[in-house]
Amino acid sequence: MHTIATLKKGEKGIIQEFDIDLIPLKLIEMGCLPGNLVELVQYAPFHDPLYININDSYVAIRKETAIHISIKKVS
Amino acid sequence: MSVEMLKVALIGNPNTGKTSVFNHLTGLNQQVGNYPGITVEKKIGYCKLTRHRKAKIIDLPGTYSLNASSLDESVVIELLMNKNGDDFPDVAIVVSDVENLKRNLLLFTQIKELEIPTILVINMSDRMKRKGISIDIPVLEKELNTKIALVSSRTKNGIDSIKTLLQDYKNISSEACLDTSLIDVTYFDRLKKAFPNQSLYKLWLVITQDVNFGKIDKKPMKDETSFSFATKSNSELKRLQQKETIARYKFINDTLKKGYVVDKSKATDLRSVLDKVLTHKVFGYVIFFGVLLLIFQAIFDWSSVPMDFIDSSFASLGDWVRHTLPGGVFTDLLVDGIIAGLGGIVIFIPQIAFLFLFISVLEESGYMSRVVFLMDRIMRRFGLSGKSVVPLISGTACAIPAIMATRNIESWKERLITILVTPFTTCSARLPVYAILIALVIPDQRILGVFNAQGLTLMFLYLLGFAAAIISAYILNKVLKIKSKSYFVVEMPNYKLPMFKNVFINVFEKTKAFLIDAGKIILAISIVLWFLASYGPGKEFSDAENIVKSEVVNQELSTLELDDKIASYKLEHSYIGIVGKTIEPVIKPLGYDWKIGIALVTSFAAREVFVGTLATIYSVGSAGEEEGTIKQKMAAEVYPNGEKIFTLASGISLLLFYAFAMQCMATLAIVKKETNSWKWPMIQLFGMTAIAYVVALISFQFLK
Repeated sequence: MHTIATLKKGEKGIIQEFDIDLIPLKLIEMGCLPGNLVELVQYAPFHDPLYININDSYVAIRKETAIHISIKKVS
Repeated sequence: MSVEMLKVALIGNPNTGKTSVFNHLTGLNQQVGNYPGITVEKKIGYCKLTRHRKAKIIDLPGTYSLNASSLDESVVIELLMNKNGDDFPDVAIVVSDVENLKRNLLLFTQIKELEIPTILVINMSDRMKRKGISIDIPVLEKELNTKIALVSSRTKNGIDSIKTLLQDYKNISSEACLDTSLIDVTYFDRLKKAFPNQSLYKLWLVITQDVNFGKIDKKPMKDETSFSFATKSNSELKRLQQKETIARYKFINDTLKKGYVVDKSKATDLRSVLDKVLTHKVFGYVIFFGVLLLIFQAIFDWSSVPMDFIDSSFASLGDWVRHTLPGGVFTDLLVDGIIAGLGGIVIFIPQIAFLFLFISVLEESGYMSRVVFLMDRIMRRFGLSGKSVVPLISGTACAIPAIMATRNIESWKERLITILVTPFTTCSARLPVYAILIALVIPDQRILGVFNAQGLTLMFLYLLGFAAAIISAYILNKVLKIKSKSYFVVEMPNYKLPMFKNVFINVFEKTKAFLIDAGKIILAISIVLWFLASYGPGKEFSDAENIVKSEVVNQELSTLELDDKIASYKLEHSYIGIVGKTIEPVIKPLGYDWKIGIALVTSFAAREVFVGTLATIYSVGSAGEEEGTIKQKMAAEVYPNGEKIFTLASGISLLLFYAFAMQCMATLAIVKKETNSWKWPMIQLFGMTAIAYVVALISFQFLK
C-alpha cells in the first residue's frame, strides 16, 4: 500500500480515506482531504520530515504522520 | 469636533504579508502590548481615514483557521467571539496571498460566519503576472459577498483602496458564505433548542475548542457552563470538523472556478530552484552553518564597536553626574544604582538588535521554515523539534524572547523541553562576566601559534552552552513522562525578498520591548542592591569611619586609599555584606570568597550585575568604572594569608558556574507565564544551579 511516506521525490498521488484521529486538524485544513493531489517536493535525510505540496499548499510533515495517509499514485 | 473611532481587526494566515499591510496602514503609529494575563503580543495601530474618522487597527496573530491549536491563535477567537469586549471589531479585514488564495479563503469563510462585516484583501498582486494568475474581482466579490481590495504591500499599490473600503464600512455585508449547521442537521438542531439565542457557529467553535486545544493552552470559554456537550466524542467532533472543512473547500473551489485562473505555462518558479540548494542533503546544512557563523560574527564582532561606545558614554555620564551634583546619598543612588544599572541594559542593545535583525530577515525571506525542515529529525533525537532551532539561536541574545518564540511548537512536550533548556545557551548577559574573568585568568597567548587562548575559551563556553542544552534535553526527554501528540505541520512559504520597513519595525519593536521589560527588573535590582550595600545594621556600619581610622593609624595612607578602605569596611558590614559572609561556607569549596558570594547572590537577579557588583565591592566606584581598573583590583585581591583569590582554578570554576546556573529572574518569570506553573521555573532554578555547583566544585578541586 502506498502512503505519502513511500512517495519518491517528484512523485504524485491522490489522497485516499485515512484515520482522522491520527491526522492533525491543521493538516486537514491545509487541504489534506481525500481526493486531493499530493506531491513529494523534497525530503530531509532519513526520509523525514517530508516536504510536500498538498492541494497547492506547501508544507512539511513528519514521517510518523505521513505513513497514515494512504494514496493512489498518479503518473 | 468629535472624531469617530472605527475598530478594525486585521486577520490572516501566516506568510500573507498581513503585518506589511498593517505597517503601511499605520506607519510607526503603533503600540505593542500584551493581552491581559498572557504574553501574546498585542499590536494596535491607528490610521486616519477622514477628518472625522480614524481607524483603530488591531493586528491579530497569524492563524490558519478559527480552530486554534496555540495560545496565539486562541487570542483571535476569543477577541472575535466576545461581542461586548473593548476590542470587538466593527469591521474585519482578512488578508490573503494571491498565490494561496484557496487555503487563505478557508479562514475568510469562517470569519464571515461570525457575521462580522468583512473585507477581503488580496495581497502580493505584484506576483500575479509572474505566476500567470488572473482574477475577476467583481465575480469574486459577488460570490464571496464582500468587498475586495487587490493590493501589493511591496509596491504599496492598493493600500488606499483599503482605506476607501473602510470609510464605507456600513455597506459591507456581514452575511455568512455558507452554513456550518448543514454538516449535521440533527446535532445542530439540538444545539439550537438548548441555546435559542446563540449563533450556532459560535457555539460550534466553543464546543470544538476543547478538541483542538493542547494541555496548557486550554482556557475555558464563556457562557457554556450549563449544557453538557458530551453528546459527541472528540473523535466524532473531529470527523464533523473534517466535514466542515470539506464543505468550505467545496464552496471555495466553486467560487475560484468562476473568478480565478492560473496559467501555469506562464509561471516562473523561484521556489524549486532555491529549494534544490537550500534544502539539499549536504549544501543545505553547509549553508545553514554558514548563516549561523555569520550571525555569531555579527553579534560578537560587529557589535563590539557600538557596545564600547555605549560603555564609555555611560561611564562618562556617571562621572559627569558625580562631579556636577553635590555629593551625598542621592548622587550615589543616581550614579552607582541607576546610571550603572541602565548602562548594564543599554549595552546589550547592539547585540539584541543584530540578532533580531537576522531572525527577522530569515523569517521574512521564508528561509527559517527550511531550517526547521532540515533540523527537525536531528533535534527530535534530543526530544526537541525542528522549531526549537529558532529559540536556541535567539537564546544567544536573550532567553526571554527565545522562550516566547517556542509558542509555535505544537507538541507540548517538545515545547516544554525547549523552554527548559533554552537558558543554557550563552545569552549576552553572560558576556561581560566571561569577558572580565577570561581576561583575568586565561593567559593572552597563542596556542599552536594560531589560536588565541582567550578567544578559544570564549568559543568553548558557547559550545558548552549548546552542549548543555542538547544533553539536558536528551535527559529530560527520557525522564519526563508527558504524553503529547506531535502534530508537526510547517508551512513552507514562498521565498520573498525581505522588506526593509517590516524588518526595521520588527527589530525596533522587539528591542524596545526587551529594553523596557528587562530594564525594569535590572533597574529595580540595581536600586535594591545599592540600598543593601549602602546601609547596614549595628555600630560596625555606622561607625565604620572611626573604626578604620583607628586601625590604620600607623600606616601612611593617602586620602583616596583611606576612603577605599572605609568603603570596603562598610560594605563588609552592610546588609549585603552580611549575606555574603553567611553563604561563604557554602561557596568556599568552589574557590570563592564572601565578596564573590555577594556578586553571586545579586547575579540571581541578572547575570550582568556581577561586574557592577564587584566594581562596587572592590570600591572602585570613586576611581571610575573602567574595566581595567576593576580588573586590576580583582587581580590584586588576596586572602588574608596572601593567596590570590582569582587564580586559574577559581576563575574557571566561576566561568563554569555562570555557564550553567539559572541566574535570571526575568527568565524565570517568563517561564512561569508560558508554562502556567511555578513548577518548571523552580526545576530550572534548582536543577541548573545544582549542576553549576557540582561542575564548579569539581573543576576547582581538580585545578587548585
